[in-house]
Parts: sequence; structure tokens; C-alpha cells
Amino acid sequence: MALTGVLRPGFVQLRVLDMPESVDYYTKRIGLHQVTEGPDGRAYLKSADEFDHHSIVLRRAEQAGVDLIAFKVLEEADLDQFERRVVDYGIAVDHVAAGEQPGIGRRIGFTIPSGHRLELYAEADQSDPKPYVHNPHVWSVEPHGMSARRFDHALFYGPNIEQVLDFFVKVLDFRLTERVDMPDGLLAIWLACGMKAHDIAFVRHPEPGKLHHVSFELENWQAVGNAADIITHYDISIDIGPTRHGITRGQTIYFFDPSGNRNEVFAGGYTYYPDNPTRTWDETEVGKGIFYYERKLNDAFLSVVT
Amino acid sequence: MDAERYPIFVEGSGAAFGHAGERVLVSLERAQGFGQLPNLPLRLPVGCRRGGCGVCRVRVTGGNYRSDRLSRAHVSEQDEAEGLTLACCIYPLSPLSLRLEPAVAIKDKKQHCNKSELGGK
Repeated sequence: MALTGVLRPGFVQLRVLDMPESVDYYTKRIGLHQVTEGPDGRAYLKSADEFDHHSIVLRRAEQAGVDLIAFKVLEEADLDQFERRVVDYGIAVDHVAAGEQPGIGRRIGFTIPSGHRLELYAEADQSDPKPYVHNPHVWSVEPHGMSARRFDHALFYGPNIEQVLDFFVKVLDFRLTERVDMPDGLLAIWLACGMKAHDIAFVRHPEPGKLHHVSFELENWQAVGNAADIITHYDISIDIGPTRHGITRGQTIYFFDPSGNRNEVFAGGYTYYPDNPTRTWDETEVGKGIFYYERKLNDAFLSVVT
Repeated sequence: MDAERYPIFVEGSGAAFGHAGERVLVSLERAQGFGQLPNLPLRLPVGCRRGGCGVCRVRVTGGNYRSDRLSRAHVSEQDEAEGLTLACCIYPLSPLSLRLEPAVAIKDKKQHCNKSELGGK
């Protein structure tokens, strides 16, 4: 297997203003399942198409936004290796004991120059529901709601994205799949640790640690249409879409969870190989890059974050 | 239905009509679509519509309303007591008068993600 080191975004911990309403939304509308609730009240959710214990953690708080994103690495030894590399780079590393989140092994954590907390972990229990592995049906339990297949990626807003880019490439072995360069400098970066068009992305923003969106992958464009019907039927706050990105080519809708955290559901996107060149966008065509059909940014895209 | 339909006056602009179970911001968006809010001092700010992003801050200068939970990153308890709130999180209980307020984060904003807040460890 050629894919080693950082494998994928494993889970993200979101702050929500109302826990029962949020669990209801992420399970019934996005289509996730609740695995368990922790003693401190955090809720742990997953898609039935994911093996690992959970991919979405909800924490009740007075402010919306994101606490952390955690990436899964292939093996235990990777944690020690990445800890050395992060420390050598000049960023302090802390340790989170196994079991701090149910089903998740020990984690290392650090704050990147955009102000976001990143964690790495190697071990996760599996939990039900999960895909069959012997003579497998295409699903183990019937998909419901928007039928999200996985937590796919997140887009964060914060300062110092040149430094963020340098860190992800030099220390975590990510590759830069796409970038937007404006006359006043680098505006946005899309980074991959595997073969997706992105596993995490950043947009330059003065305030650190902000969340633009967490994204769930759907099976196809038809599923994106189904999600749009659900968004209207249940009066979920819409941002934009269904539309398409020039960047990554994903077919997409943006909308907001009950706390105002932006969600995306999307399908498609190209396959990225590590020898592919970086795709670049400039001021003249950035509108198509962000929203390929509208060909311009909407009012909220650069300003509304939690 | 008429009994629960209230005018919402926007300072310097015009009036929308809101309904008891409807977020004031949604009423304002509809009114803007019908051209009932001319000459807004600033463009109607619409963000997440769920109390998280803080862009739709308004000061209610008259009338009664009820409110959903909203992010304390943008409206403090004191702000809220003084009528400064988010249009997306309030529902009219009477005719309302309000003024659009530019979005600003509350002063003394602390780091969201300090470790003790993350639970356990």
C-alpha cells in the first residue's frame, strides 16, 4: 500500500448551541447515526458507511465553531515520527490520553499558524453501524436523510496561510492540489494527504481559528438534488447551491446547521495523484473557481464563518 | 393569522411584515425581495440565519419579541438585555422597530479552543 503517514480527516469536534436540536439535525437530516454520548455530554456521530468509531463530535457551548480536527495516521509509530517533526518545526505538541474520546486511541495535538487545533491519532475502534465486509451489500442499514457517506473535509479561515501551507507540506507530507493567488497575495489553499482533491482547505482571514464549513460526501449529483429537497422541506438555512466548484470540481450545496456552522454536502471531484501539478487560479477567474455556474462569489462566502 | 402578523419597521428604510413563528431576518429578506426596504443604510446582512455567525446584528428599539439561543461570540448577555441581538434569532410578539447594527465580535474575545474547554484530558 502506497498511502502511508496521514491517511484522512478522521473526526472534527464542533461547538453547538443546543445539543438535542443538533443531534436531531445531524442524524435525521445529514443522515448520520449517533454512536454514543460521553459523560461530559459530548455526542459522537458517524455515517453508516464509515468503519471507525465516530467522525463528528458535538460539544455544547455558548459559541458556535470548531474545536479541533483530527487526522488518522496509518500506524502508531507515525505518531512519534510526526511529533518529532512538528516539534523540530518549532510548534509545541501536547498529548491527549486514549479514551478521552470513546473508541479513540492516544492523540497528539498542536496549534497551527492559522489558530486551529490539529490532532493526529492512529487507533480507533470500529462501531456499528458500519459497512459489511463479507459478500457486502452496498449498505448495511438503509441510507436516510441526505445519505452522507462520510465526513470528508473541512475549510478553515485564519491568518498566516503561507505558513500553514509550508507546515502541511513539509511536516505532514500533504500536497497542494489547488491555490488562489490574488494581487495582494495567497488567498486560499486546498491540501490533500491522499487521492482526494482536498482533505483540508484554508482561506486567508484576519481572525484565527474560524470555521467555514465541514463537508460530507454524497454518492452522486442525484443525491445532491435529494439533499436540496431536504434542505427546503425542513427549512434548513441555505447558503448557496446546488452548484459546482471549479476548484476540485465538486458538485455542492452549502447550508447551515442549527448553530450556524456551515455544512457542505458534495459529490464528485477529481482523483489526485501525488505527481499531479498544482492547479492555480487568479483574480480574473476566481469566481468560476469558487462557484462554477454563478461565476462569482456570493455575499456570504468570504464573510460568514463561525 | 392576521392577529399574529406584525409590521417590522427598519430605521431609515421601510417596513416588513413578520409572523409570530417566523425569524425576523426571514421577514426582512422577503421584504427586501418585494422592494419594501428601500434605501437601507447598509445592505441587509444575511449570514447563517441560525445565531452562529453574528452578521445580522440589530438593535430593537421598540416592541416585544422572543429569542432563540445565539452565539455569545457576537451578542453578550448585556447586549441582549439592551435590545442588541441577531435578527435571525428573534420572533415578533408585537410590532417591532429596529436598527441594523454592523457586525462586530464582542470585545475581549477569548481564544475559543483553550484546552480546558475541550473536555477531559
